Amino acid sequence: MTGALLDLLLAGAALGAAAWSVAAADDRRALLAFLGYGLLLALAWTRLGAVDVALTEAAIGALSAVLLLGAVARLPAGPAPGAPPPPGPVRRAVAGILCATVSLALMAAILLLPSPAPSLARPAAEGLPALGLGNPVTAVLIGYRALDTLLEKVVLLLALVGVWSLAPDAAWGGRPWAGRPWAGRPWHGAAPDGSLVLLARLLPPIGILLGIHLVWVGAEAPGGTFQGGTVLAAMLLLAAMAGLVELPRTGSRGLRWLLAAGPAVFFAVGLAGYALAGSFLAYPETVAKPLILLIEFALTPSLAVLLALLLAGPAEPPRGAR
Amino acid sequence: MLRDTVTLLAVSAGLGFFLAGTLGLIRFPDTPTRLHALTKADNLGLGLVVLGLLAQAAEATTALKLLLAWGLALLAGTTGSQLLARLARPAHPAGAHPAAPPAGPPGPAA
Repeated sequence: MTGALLDLLLAGAALGAAAWSVAAADDRRALLAFLGYGLLLALAWTRLGAVDVALTEAAIGALSAVLLLGAVARLPAGPAPGAPPPPGPVRRAVAGILCATVSLALMAAILLLPSPAPSLARPAAEGLPALGLGNPVTAVLIGYRALDTLLEKVVLLLALVGVWSLAPDAAWGGRPWAGRPWAGRPWHGAAPDGSLVLLARLLPPIGILLGIHLVWVGAEAPGGTFQGGTVLAAMLLLAAMAGLVELPRTGSRGLRWLLAAGPAVFFAVGLAGYALAGSFLAYPETVAKPLILLIEFALTPSLAVLLALLLAGPAEPPRGAR
Repeated sequence: MLRDTVTLLAVSAGLGFFLAGTLGLIRFPDTPTRLHALTKADNLGLGLVVLGLLAQAAEATTALKLLLAWGLALLAGTTGSQLLARLARPAHPAGAHPAAPPAGPPGPAA
């Protein structure tokens, strides 16, 4: 009873936040509603027992919120010059009707599912002992659907190249944030002995421990490379915002090797699968778990630095140099 | 029985702080007063909720995790509100050092 009430509240709040983010008058309000929506979704996944998804949702929600906040801050208020005029009432109504139809069709499809719904949960769980894993989500990500995960990491690398390519020619290979007024000092003039710097000294030991823990337990319990990598990326950004460390130069060869190392190890293990187990990304049963852990631990530093640099943006010409 | 009473009382008191903090966040006129309302909810409200849940914790590690969550929320909330307050102060535009004299018109925001 209490559970049902809680679920109802959660679902209602999530729908409300979603509606608000669509209906909000300006980008900033819409974004805040979207942020709340992501957090509510993470809670909903927890209620459904999908802790892995909840952690990922919280991590991606936080990352995309920072990206979107940065984008909103750069956008001028009001419509951009040269933007097409907003759609008229007829086009809005047609779009609304189309969206409603899709939603209703999806609801109908869910209600019409056979009971019990078709599920791959049992075959997924049956393969766990062969992989030496306890967490079926990790088994899917690095075992059964490893190709998807590998491509996902490569796509992230491409995304970073895309972000970097926005750098002006003069700044190419330089550091992100180098052009900010607070470059080399704490963020936005925060006091050098103030709370931000204190937080950036206190939190990273805890955050780094938590990040590595999330990767380590990923084989047996909710967690994994992505969740752990996000926490590690946040620690790097925090220290950089407090002016305690400098973000690496995007032209640095060491940095580029570090970014490529994780996917490269993943790819190499995949190729070794031809020799050891007969096909790409196949693991021989005896060493499946060590190989999976090797991939996860090789991916983590690459992913953490990659995510931090995605958020930091392209290289900027140093202040005073423009 | 005693545990449940402690939980009920502490969590209810905590929810009271959250309610008051939310009201303040919506109703107060400017950033410093809104921050004041918000930090009460974060610090005391969450603290009381954690206190209430401590009475239900079966293991010491669970209790420690609850306390850690509260401590981290305190740390993050304090830092966030300090930074927001600094940015919101009209006498100190973003980028200015706090020791700078407050006189003179605010410079262009960074």
